[in-house]
Amino acid sequence: MKPATFEYHRVGTVGEAVERLGELGEDAKLLAGGQSLVPMMNFRLARPPALVDISRVAELRYLTREGDTLRIGALTSHLAIERMDAPELLDGFSFLKEAAHWVGHYPIRTRGTFGGSVAHADPAAEWCLLAVLLDAEIVARGPGGERTIAAADFLLGFLTNALDPDEVLVEVRFPRPASRAALHEYARRRGDFAIVAAAVAVDVEEDTCRSARIVIGGVDDVPVRIGEAEAALAGSRLEAEAIEEAAQAAARAVDPASDIHGSAEYRRHLTAVLVTRALGEARGSEDGARSKNGAG
Amino acid sequence: MTVVGQSIRRLEDPRLLRGLGHFVDDVNRPGQVWMRVVRASTAHARLAGVDLDGARALDGVHAALAAGDVDPLPVIPLRLGPADEPLDAYLQPVLAQERVRYVGEPVAVVVADDPYLAEDAAELVRVRYEELPVALDAAEAVAEGSPALRDDAPNECTTLRRGYGEVDEAFAGAARVVSVDVRVGRHFAVPLETRGLVAEYDAADGHLTLWGATKVPHFNRLVLAGMLGMPVHRISLRRSDAGGGFGARGELYPEDFLVAHLARRLNRAVKWIEDRAENLVAMNHSREQTRRLEAAFDAEHRLLAIRDELWHDNGAYLRTHGAVVAELTLGMLLGPYRVPAYEGVAHVALTNKTPCGTYRGPGRYEATFARERLLDAAVAELRVDRLELRRINLLRPDELPLERKLPVLGSEAIIDVGDFPGLLEQALEAAGYAEWCEEAAAARAEGRLVGAGVGVFMEKSGGGRFETAAVQVDPSGAVRVATGGASVGQGIETAMAQIAADELGVDVARIDVVAGDTDTIGDGVGSWASRSTIMGGSAVKLAAAATADKARRVAAELLEAAPEDLRLEGGRITVAGAPGRGMSLGEASAAYDPQLAERLGEAPGEAFGLGAQRSFTNVAIAFPYGVHLALVEVDPGTGAVRILRYHVAYDVGRAVNPMIVEGQLVGGAAQGIGGALLEDFRYAPSGQPLGASFMDYLLPTAAEIPPVGTSIHEDAPSPANPLGVKGAGEGGTVGCGAALAGAVDDAVGVAGAVRALPITPEQVLAALQVVETGTGTR
Repeated sequence: MKPATFEYHRVGTVGEAVERLGELGEDAKLLAGGQSLVPMMNFRLARPPALVDISRVAELRYLTREGDTLRIGALTSHLAIERMDAPELLDGFSFLKEAAHWVGHYPIRTRGTFGGSVAHADPAAEWCLLAVLLDAEIVARGPGGERTIAAADFLLGFLTNALDPDEVLVEVRFPRPASRAALHEYARRRGDFAIVAAAVAVDVEEDTCRSARIVIGGVDDVPVRIGEAEAALAGSRLEAEAIEEAAQAAARAVDPASDIHGSAEYRRHLTAVLVTRALGEARGSEDGARSKNGAG
Repeated sequence: MTVVGQSIRRLEDPRLLRGLGHFVDDVNRPGQVWMRVVRASTAHARLAGVDLDGARALDGVHAALAAGDVDPLPVIPLRLGPADEPLDAYLQPVLAQERVRYVGEPVAVVVADDPYLAEDAAELVRVRYEELPVALDAAEAVAEGSPALRDDAPNECTTLRRGYGEVDEAFAGAARVVSVDVRVGRHFAVPLETRGLVAEYDAADGHLTLWGATKVPHFNRLVLAGMLGMPVHRISLRRSDAGGGFGARGELYPEDFLVAHLARRLNRAVKWIEDRAENLVAMNHSREQTRRLEAAFDAEHRLLAIRDELWHDNGAYLRTHGAVVAELTLGMLLGPYRVPAYEGVAHVALTNKTPCGTYRGPGRYEATFARERLLDAAVAELRVDRLELRRINLLRPDELPLERKLPVLGSEAIIDVGDFPGLLEQALEAAGYAEWCEEAAAARAEGRLVGAGVGVFMEKSGGGRFETAAVQVDPSGAVRVATGGASVGQGIETAMAQIAADELGVDVARIDVVAGDTDTIGDGVGSWASRSTIMGGSAVKLAAAATADKARRVAAELLEAAPEDLRLEGGRITVAGAPGRGMSLGEASAAYDPQLAERLGEAPGEAFGLGAQRSFTNVAIAFPYGVHLALVEVDPGTGAVRILRYHVAYDVGRAVNPMIVEGQLVGGAAQGIGGALLEDFRYAPSGQPLGASFMDYLLPTAAEIPPVGTSIHEDAPSPANPLGVKGAGEGGTVGCGAALAGAVDDAVGVAGAVRALPITPEQVLAALQVVETGTGTR
């Protein structure tokens, strides 16, 4: 578990990072918090010939609010999200703070970064789910300047994103607050990647659900939106029957694979359970029992 | 007041907490080079060729060897027997020859300047495999038509048959017969510190020094001497701290020979630190068994007989433990219960998986789960309360001693002392079990799935030929205690010091304990089978008592007093009734030399220094016993099991240091709970391991382990050793599967629902569907 030989370059600005990536060629990798990349290198599953360490690029470490939009600098740690307490940040985005405690363990949250997690594109990662759920915009900077990519277009497949080799993910923007959003997941141990995760957001006006969004992680190569389940809720009053219908629709719509952590059938079952629970919480009702993770 | 029995702080901790411990990776020798093992990447194949040229050509590489480069090529011998039939055909060569039989099997080794380069070089070794079909399931592997791991020997390496009494007759006359099929997954000890070794060869003296062997250093030294063709006295195994052993770490493995061989061959210090990915496929696995149990009961719910057939998956080879885990599983099945007749068969199967050995509570974890499952299934069939069923069948104190015709590690099994029904009642009381049941009933009334479970068990401890101790008082009054036991993190230094302190009347702070160093003590048997306090502690007591007697004789001569009037206290020897007359223990040591020894008429062997060497040889097995209690809540949606309360009650005869015993129970429970709810090392149909990282092998974390309550009992001291102690190392683990399975049964309302460990969410949901379709009973 010693990595193969690699070059190491530390940079101080995004501009330098872009430049260095351009020089080093397409196999070079950015190093941010290193919480996924370094273990993969130690297992020699990843063998980048060169690393460009951006962990000290101070300009990428911020959380700001501009009108409706929450802007998260790529190097913002998971812990910073978990500890977000300024009312202007939290207003409409408390679901991010709530979701942060699902991300890995405490040491991982201290070093791991928001942008790194999104770029890593694990289909069960909390930030990927929420980015798809709420139409987050991914801001990338390359030699030609900045571009913005919709989250759904950014996540191309298992651990695969839409960045060009010489682009740096600099920011993730959540363009709209979502006061009724929730994420529920289940793993057998606290802090593990979810076997299944369900993220939901509902717009409610006068007790009626105007629209709903439901995204499931852990059942495909990318987090998937479940239109059938969303349709089951639109116009409902989020009563138990509607939630049950949405949950069953979601379970029917997903097509998960089996692995040692759970069979396809179990993942399908969990999808229904977690959608039900997440909707219960998002609705804000008393019976939205919160899931307990793991055996402990 | 004696020091034994007090929860003094561990003598090991000041150095460990300050980061001053000496773990093997802390050992660095001048000019050392690093070994890397090239491991089989396929589960079963003919070895068509091992090309080492690429590795040898790399700058900084000192050696690359395959089986053909080592002559003679040794095999890992058995350490524990006895075997019912010869097992030589199943032993593992230190490097694969002709065939590889599991993913992870050592095929070649490379040695390079640093560990990174060594790993690079290992990648350059080209191994050509001709794939063979694999056998991955014990029952299928011993059936006709299975792929064979060996041309000349069947996959069923041995079949153990044990039993006594008239079993057929008992079943013929039974009022009720109950049977269960159960399975325990493939678990793994996972010490925090992986294995590691440093070997250094001194060509001038022809002397080999090895760091990193923990557990059984004298055995390893003897075997290495034979393998290397060296006299035993030219090999030193030095003690080191260890980040956990649990039965697996410290046995003799292929790497122990390879590191030593390479150090001598290269005449350089060679270091090998196992990485976690290696550790998960290279160190012994354990536990994996499937089993069918059948019990005959009379009309009063009394057990008449048990029939037992099990398939034990031992992986690709037998290593040092031979077939002993399977033997223990049969031998300990009956536990603390009265069973007039028993018949057990164990099919020990070899499969294309990592070889197995012992792991904390070997055989007892498996057997306790199986037997308590059988009893819980009987509860439903017989319509009897589960505590009542146990009370009816537990052996009573007046039935002891009982000789059970089921030998354990070659020793006869005489259950000498114990009050099993008494401990059950004390455990229920200590845990507040009645309140748990009220809590569960209240939760169920709210629609929650909460249930309680009980696991009653008997452990075994001690045995294993003998143990040694040497006590020496120096002229300053400091004491060194050496023992053949080894430190595996269990607190052996503290326990030995407490025992010696009482005999010598010195403060434990003045006692240094050296455990597991072959230069400090000439022979020893080691730390396994919860034997260190029984065997090593007794040897220390004898050696310390002999030293105290010697000190009295010396002081009697110098003080002109009668030895029987002398008292040892506070590091001084004083005359009873005349506290002014006395001398320090150090002064007695300074005065003692062979001339004084001759004047005192000491035996010739006792002439050197104020001290004594003693061995303890009573290998009678001590049988501690206990009760695990669990209260769990099942999530009806996810199938997750959450432990609400947990309690372990354990009778250890006498606790030398109750705090250490409590630590053993809590830590043991963490491992047992992991095996009960999470851990299972699985394989793909190709034989590729699927648990080769901590993302996939689900070791519990602190978040999964609840607070564990303990009650330590001393009702039944062992009559077989002078301390009255029974082993405390494994009882925290042994009952977990049983108690948690019972609790999940109770929570889902289906007695006997859990049939396999770990209790996966999917297993729980399957049980719940039984309830929903109305076939379950509460």
